Amino acid sequence: MSALAHVFEAAGLSTVVLASMKEVAERINPPRTLYCEFPLGRPLGRPDDVELQRDVLLRAFGLLEASGSVLETYPLVIESDEQPLSCSIPPRFDASLPPAIDEAQGLRAAYDRSLERRGKTNVGRAIDADTVVDALRVLDTWASGEPWTEHALPGKLTIAVCHDIRAYYTEAALELANGPTPGGRSVEAWFHDETEAGKTILAARAELKRQDAPFPFWFYMTPGHR
Amino acid sequence: MTDDTTNAPLPEVSTPLNGDAQMRAYGASDDVPEFDDPAFTPLSRPLSEARVAIVTSAALHRFDQEGFSPSDTGFRTLDRADRNIIMGHWSPNFDHTGFQLDHNVVYPIDRLEELAADGVIGDVAPQHFAFAGNQPATVSELRLDSGPACAKLMLAAGVDVVVLTPV
Repeated sequence: MSALAHVFEAAGLSTVVLASMKEVAERINPPRTLYCEFPLGRPLGRPDDVELQRDVLLRAFGLLEASGSVLETYPLVIESDEQPLSCSIPPRFDASLPPAIDEAQGLRAAYDRSLERRGKTNVGRAIDADTVVDALRVLDTWASGEPWTEHALPGKLTIAVCHDIRAYYTEAALELANGPTPGGRSVEAWFHDETEAGKTILAARAELKRQDAPFPFWFYMTPGHR
Repeated sequence: MTDDTTNAPLPEVSTPLNGDAQMRAYGASDDVPEFDDPAFTPLSRPLSEARVAIVTSAALHRFDQEGFSPSDTGFRTLDRADRNIIMGHWSPNFDHTGFQLDHNVVYPIDRLEELAADGVIGDVAPQHFAFAGNQPATVSELRLDSGPACAKLMLAAGVDVVVLTPV
């Protein structure tokens, strides 16, 4: 973003950058920067907080009055929430299935409700919702220590398949959860700490690493710090 | 640019499971492009008469547009009225749920419309633009190709001010 600001200014446009990484903005040094220490992925602060979003924009536009390069910090800090979302997971239905598959099937109705209500889904980068179970079956096999090269993953690209599984779960969870708007990383914490699918992906990732699979193939299956 | 595209492990920080702190530490230590003698374009008219566009690095696109590839250096054009958009960013290292709950937390198009209706800004641009934040470290394509191409479209549309939003 900061780099693009330089390109646009050179073309004759005035820019304001909402920066989420202060050190990066300081080093790239775009002409006008409002650093906002908000959860990464939420540059305007909070979903559905109209007043906050408006104020962030007004402060950013205020930087247009400066006669030279300026970097200001928004006075409010919003920390990411690492506490798992409070969301019930369906009880075991078919004990003969791997837990992640049983669970994913149990969440399907909530996913379908989300799709119907929102009219869109983020699932589909590599697999569709009908294939989530098949992908989890292979990931479960990988997690058990089977050679990953002998069990093909539907959708092939691990980063995209894991994105789709996470999106499937996220959309179902946002449909099921009650309570306040979840903070940044709260759904991520729920997925990886509490769901069988999240744990299966973590275990498969660890096993791929142990089997010396290519780094990009396993590393981006989850957020890097996990 | 907030994303990692290298094979380097993320640095350790004091709170092991604080993902944002780890990503910010990573960003602070990552290589960044250098800009010698950067341009500074003053706003040539009052904000209340200026046309404003949003450019985001969230890899947003409509369903009928091509998704972003993992190393995509191009951009997608969003019409002012588009709301049925998804986030095509490849990184798992930031929150995606905020956008799902309210697109304005990444792409504040409704806030811009309100500011225009209130007379704070002059007008909302007819088109807005999305790039992917995970770019090669040199960002040479952005500097030489897709960035200037995007600027040209905005200038042709009479845009005065660009708000850049990261993820």
